[in-house]
Amino acid sequence: MSDVSLVVNGRKVSGSVEDRTLLVHFLRENLGLTGTHVGCDTSQCGACVVHVDGKAVKSCTMLAVQASGSEVVTIEGLANGAELHPVQAAFKEHHGLQCGFCTPGMIMAATDMIRRHPEGLDEATVRAELEGNICRCTGYHNIVKAVLAASKTMAKSKGKAKAKAA
Amino acid sequence: MYAVTYHRAASVADATKLAKGKDAKYLSGGMTLIPAMKTRLAAPSDLIDLGHIADLKGIKVSGKTVTIGAGTTHSEVANNAKLKSVCPALTDLAGHIGDPHVRHKGTIGGSIANNDPAADYPAAMLALDATIVTNKREIAAAKFFKGLFETALKEGEIVTGVTFTAPEKAGYEKFRNPASRYAMTGVFVAKSKDGVRAAVTGAGDNGVFRSKEVEAALSKSFAASALEGVKVPSKNLMGDLHATPDYRANLVVVMAKRAVAKAG
Ligand SMILES: Cc1cc2nc3c(=O)[nH]c(=O)nc-3n(C[C@H](O)[C@H](O)[C@H](O)COP(=O)(O)OP(=O)(O)OC[C@H]3O[C@@H](n4cnc5c(N)ncnc54)[C@H](O)[C@@H]3O)c2cc1C
Ligand code: FES
Ligand code: FES
Repeated sequence: MSDVSLVVNGRKVSGSVEDRTLLVHFLRENLGLTGTHVGCDTSQCGACVVHVDGKAVKSCTMLAVQASGSEVVTIEGLANGAELHPVQAAFKEHHGLQCGFCTPGMIMAATDMIRRHPEGLDEATVRAELEGNICRCTGYHNIVKAVLAASKTMAKSKGKAKAKAA
Repeated sequence: MYAVTYHRAASVADATKLAKGKDAKYLSGGMTLIPAMKTRLAAPSDLIDLGHIADLKGIKVSGKTVTIGAGTTHSEVANNAKLKSVCPALTDLAGHIGDPHVRHKGTIGGSIANNDPAADYPAAMLALDATIVTNKREIAAAKFFKGLFETALKEGEIVTGVTFTAPEKAGYEKFRNPASRYAMTGVFVAKSKDGVRAAVTGAGDNGVFRSKEVEAALSKSFAASALEGVKVPSKNLMGDLHATPDYRANLVVVMAKRAVAKAG
């Protein structure tokens, strides 16, 4: 057993877990944050994607103890109260989900992708960047649309914030 | 996953001390080891996490000499501007390993220590005539990669980094398995003042190897057209449900052509 302490969605948390506990299980079972899903056994589907120290990672392929001391953001940490994050809003607007199983991972991958591409995104880039996220329902078209739309909205609001600051 | 005891190493010396006398495995990005432990293909008693050792991280480029720490992630290699300016083939290769999430964790040291017969880095290391540096010694890539998942590493030895001289020109191209996305055949070509080297991954039944035929043709002229009509023997190539040895032999030439075209 090891002690694990993390900052999850801005909140300090800790727990004592078996060393083999995966980060995803710590989030779901110890913290009750069941938004992060497990879709495969092979580190391929991306349903479990969360951000660790600002980077998207597969939480099914990392031990909770390995993450100890880090900051984690999960799908539950994106919305501002009742106000959806722009990526969540875009998935809703563009019908970027059907069953919703892949959606938390898709959205965490999308926010990471948008952060890494401040120059903006195009369709080919979004599709290549979604390599690690599998969706069995949508055929990806509306997911790609949603990510592109969100990236535009976020660039605009960033521009506005800059103008205000100036 | 079977029960395991986790240790976080503060330094390379600390890591070797922690591993001593145990059925331990080093943990770097975990992108190979953790999936293997989940399926119980690997079941070490102890994990020694190298992920917090600052000495193992970072990329140095001085003139044409490149040094990459073992703990440097695929994403850090892919996005390093200095490295890109001297060896864009390697940053491109790193940017096409797995997916963005895998690239945020997986490391060059883990990849070469693992020596998966379909991994991308071993081809680059062999074609670039790189030196693999460990806590004990320096090993030429040609001596380091020994076979399927086999390397020259001794019990407890830690890869600390790799170093090579940037080539005049280099390119990498792989044909991806449509499901696993690993290279079904990948070829790294490099031209330096000492000649042309071409290393093949994903195709050899004993892991990464140099293709004499491709090298001979490209030594005459470093152009895709020089590979027209070149035949690579299918003996010692892998055959599985994805491709026969003959199919892979053809892919070696096709990927080599594309790699040379990319090298410019
Ligand atoms: C979905 C997915 C897709 C992938 N696609 C590709 C791909 O297209 N191409 C490709 O090349 N790879 C691919 N990989 C593998 C990936 O590149 C891994 O990062 C890499 O193989 C292992 O690096 P790691 O840092 O994660 O090592 P780990 O998994 O931590 O370790 C791997 C092995 O190396 C040993 N080890 C680690 N570091 C050292 C060290 N410094 N010294 C000595 N031994 C050490 C460990 O004990 C272990 O046995 C993929 C992985 C996944 C999960
Ligand atoms: S559950 Fe993590 S990649 Fe599928
Ligand atoms: S919406 Fe069902 S798996 Fe993607």
